Amino acid sequence: MNATAQPRVVMQATALVKRYGQVTALDGSDFELRAGEILAVIGDNGAGKSSLIKALSGATTPDSGEIRLDGVVTKFRSPIEARRAGIETVYQDLAVAPAMTIAENLFLGREMRRPGWRGSVLRQLDKRRMIEESVARLAELKVGIRSMSQALETLSGGQRQCVAVARAAAFAKHVVIMDEPTAALGVKEGGMVLELIRRVRDRGLAVVLISHNMPHVFEVADRIHVARLGKRGCVLDPKKIGMSDTVAVMTGALRPEDLPRDALAH
Amino acid sequence: MSAATTDAGASKPNAPGPRWPAGLSVAVLGPVIALVLACTFFATQSDHFLSGGNFSLILQQVAVVGVIAIGQTLVILTGGIDLSCGMLMALGGIVMTRFATTLGMPPVLAIGCGIGVTALFGLVNGLLVTRIRLPSFIVTLGTMNIAFAATQLYSGAQTVTDLPPLMTALGDTFSVGGTQFAWGTVAMLALYAVAWYVLRETAAGRHVYAVGNNAEATRLVGIPTQRVLLVVYVVAGALYGVASLLSVARTGVGDPNAGQTDNLDAITAVVLGGTSLFGGRGVVVGSLVGALVVGVFRNGLTLMGVSSIYQVLVTGVLVILAVTADQLSRRGAR
Repeated sequence: MNATAQPRVVMQATALVKRYGQVTALDGSDFELRAGEILAVIGDNGAGKSSLIKALSGATTPDSGEIRLDGVVTKFRSPIEARRAGIETVYQDLAVAPAMTIAENLFLGREMRRPGWRGSVLRQLDKRRMIEESVARLAELKVGIRSMSQALETLSGGQRQCVAVARAAAFAKHVVIMDEPTAALGVKEGGMVLELIRRVRDRGLAVVLISHNMPHVFEVADRIHVARLGKRGCVLDPKKIGMSDTVAVMTGALRPEDLPRDALAH
Repeated sequence: MSAATTDAGASKPNAPGPRWPAGLSVAVLGPVIALVLACTFFATQSDHFLSGGNFSLILQQVAVVGVIAIGQTLVILTGGIDLSCGMLMALGGIVMTRFATTLGMPPVLAIGCGIGVTALFGLVNGLLVTRIRLPSFIVTLGTMNIAFAATQLYSGAQTVTDLPPLMTALGDTFSVGGTQFAWGTVAMLALYAVAWYVLRETAAGRHVYAVGNNAEATRLVGIPTQRVLLVVYVVAGALYGVASLLSVARTGVGDPNAGQTDNLDAITAVVLGGTSLFGGRGVVVGSLVGALVVGVFRNGLTLMGVSSIYQVLVTGVLVILAVTADQLSRRGAR
């Protein structure tokens, strides 16, 4: 690929292979994600879409192939390692801890302690500061939730997902991976989350969006990675191709070679 | 898009009322009302009930169950349950008293060994729950019986007597305004204060809640959930050991038949105290109130001359009522 003219490649995977017993989930899959883009990943069931995402987010380790983050070869043995490397993942099951407050959910696993001896000796959490930071983070992304000390479960599904996305955006250094973030949501709520995903991208983060929802994909994606038969089938440019052709490529009814040249993204 | 700036929960017309995480108020209010009602009822049934001496006695009786209930609260908050708590308490008592008498160990060391044994059992519980991924219910049912058998075998089903005075020091009392209070009660209250602080004010405590809320999501967030669970079971085990000491101190002997009612009493206390059996919700101080309710029932029924079999029956009814209330409130919340 003519990488010189393109924006910086944030994350790259080459020839990923993952087998589960007899089943080959990933059969030499490639992947490329650029700075400040929303890359949609689509694919039929069993196309290797979720195996690819699991490899990228550290949920599984591929049998072979390499993943580069900012040009450096990396190997994630757990989601925690991927997270430390600056890759945040938002999962489909909305809430993290429904009975806990929004601020607690935002800072879960990254809690702030009070300064001085109360923090170091008594290990006391700095709840006020976490609430203030939460307010700032959500305001930055224009998520209109007022009280950070209400339980997550008092929010609507869309608002909860906004909290999850905001959490990821706040802590991701490089990449935010979103696995079906709008799947469980109604039209209006889905739109709210899509809008938020765009804002995350506009802040310079690279976003991977896994979705079955074609209208949503076409609404926000800059490029579309089509997973097919454990490989990368092709990468499409949503501005140059329609939804029905995209679905045809995804299901194998249409071969990428038969597409007009400019439908493929560069 | 305007949708993104909609105001959240605060103004939702059909939003349910305030709930657990807001603080103590809602969670503890129910059991406090139950406590007041129980006290009122027993005050009308017995002239002795409201005396300072009886109040002090209830507190002493509650100390053992109260401390066990702290450990039980931790386990239940993670979504598990610990059926071995009462039997571990009995085992710890026999170990520390036999070590101090038969082996002639210094009392402090013997106490440490007793607590060590219960903590070790907690570790076994925790390892089986985390490593083999067995349900806590069945694991602790197993260790409960192992602990019971070990207690009977090691003690020869004999009560251990002639304890060194240091071992029963927590049973000593001091006087406040003419009423005697035991140091064991103070120890229990101190442990509740520590547990309350850790669960509420530290990351480690919040992680216990997070594991009970959604273990898988918590793991993916980067919290070592297995380690959280393991620590919870070990700490719970150690707390049962402390309860052994309180029991030994109160009765003055190592009793191999201790702890028989404490399993159910502790679970009842925790559930009455508003901690959800489904995990992730509850306040540890609620368990203290729950333990007081159980203690008041046992004490009040004794004063009324009701046989202990009926006390067991009442506790059984109480735990079912509390769990039903929990389940119904969960359903209402969804």
